[in-house]
Amino acid sequence: MDIASRKDGMALLVSVSGELDLHTAREFRARVDADYDRFGARDMVFDFARVSFVDSSGLGAILGRYSRAAEKGGQVALAGPQPHVRRLLELAGVMRIIHTYADVEEALRAMGAKEAAAGGDKR
Amino acid sequence: MNWLRLELPALAENVALVRVTVGSLAAQLPFTLGDIEEIRVAVSEAFSNAVLHAYPQAPAGGLPGTVTVEARVEGDSLEVSVVDRGVGIEDVERARQPAFSTREDRMGLGFVFMESFMDEVTIRTAPGSGTRVLMRKLARKPPDGKADAGVAGSSGAKA
Ligand SMILES: Nc1ncnc2c1ncn2[C@@H]1O[C@H](COP(=O)(O)OP(=O)(O)OP(=O)(O)O)[C@@H](O)[C@H]1O
Ligand SMILES: [Mg+2]
Repeated sequence: MDIASRKDGMALLVSVSGELDLHTAREFRARVDADYDRFGARDMVFDFARVSFVDSSGLGAILGRYSRAAEKGGQVALAGPQPHVRRLLELAGVMRIIHTYADVEEALRAMGAKEAAAGGDKR
Repeated sequence: MNWLRLELPALAENVALVRVTVGSLAAQLPFTLGDIEEIRVAVSEAFSNAVLHAYPQAPAGGLPGTVTVEARVEGDSLEVSVVDRGVGIEDVERARQPAFSTREDRMGLGFVFMESFMDEVTIRTAPGSGTRVLMRKLARKPPDGKADAGVAGSSGAKA
């Protein structure tokens, strides 16, 4: 698994590639949490286009990040998940809190739009 | 009929090895790529459970207990068993419930995914002597329509 992150507006944009399972979830959690704090981000957008495998441990790691972001009033989005990964989210019933988008641009745009709709006046 | 048997310590770093190996055997059957993905998830869940739950008092620094993984091609179906000699499951009915977990940091989705992705999941367990999860998946679905009609709640009928 490879992880790279940068800040985009209020969001931490994390590009992940490879497999997210019991073993790699440990590093995923540590890296994302460290970067989230370091960049002082509020939302998290995960670019999952190059993630080939996720199981309950990987999903648990994503939901754990959601809890952290939610504490700061942030949201979490998954961009470009492959169909079998998306299906896991559906089965787990977490689509309501982890929103999925076709790609990163759409995810960032949607988050901005939601914020505006919620009354935030951000530019 | 082809088969394989792996015996390895219940370590997180072995999860990938197990699912890749079993997935490669599965690829010898007429499974779709989606089927193989499902098998990889189910195998990952069963092995991860052995790592997470079977040997809670593994010695610090030492190796935890052993897990035996067997996969067998039976006609057009794949049979996979994951066996540990750990603490066992006290209440299997409860363990299979969606969102039930004995660990606060887990979500209780492992058995949900195994049951959704495999055609048959049988658990044999006894407190103190270990757990055996036996899973089966048929490669050629009857040619009467959707490829994954067997999976509950496929095509978003229910979310
Ligand atoms: N091999 C095993 N040995 C002992 N207990 C087990 C084993 N496999 C499962 N269990 C028990 O069954 C429960 C449910 O398992 P399941 O895989 O559905 O959820 P989980 O492992 O707790 O969470 P998740 O799979 O979402 O990480 C576990 O919490 C554990 O108590
Ligand atoms: Mg589990």
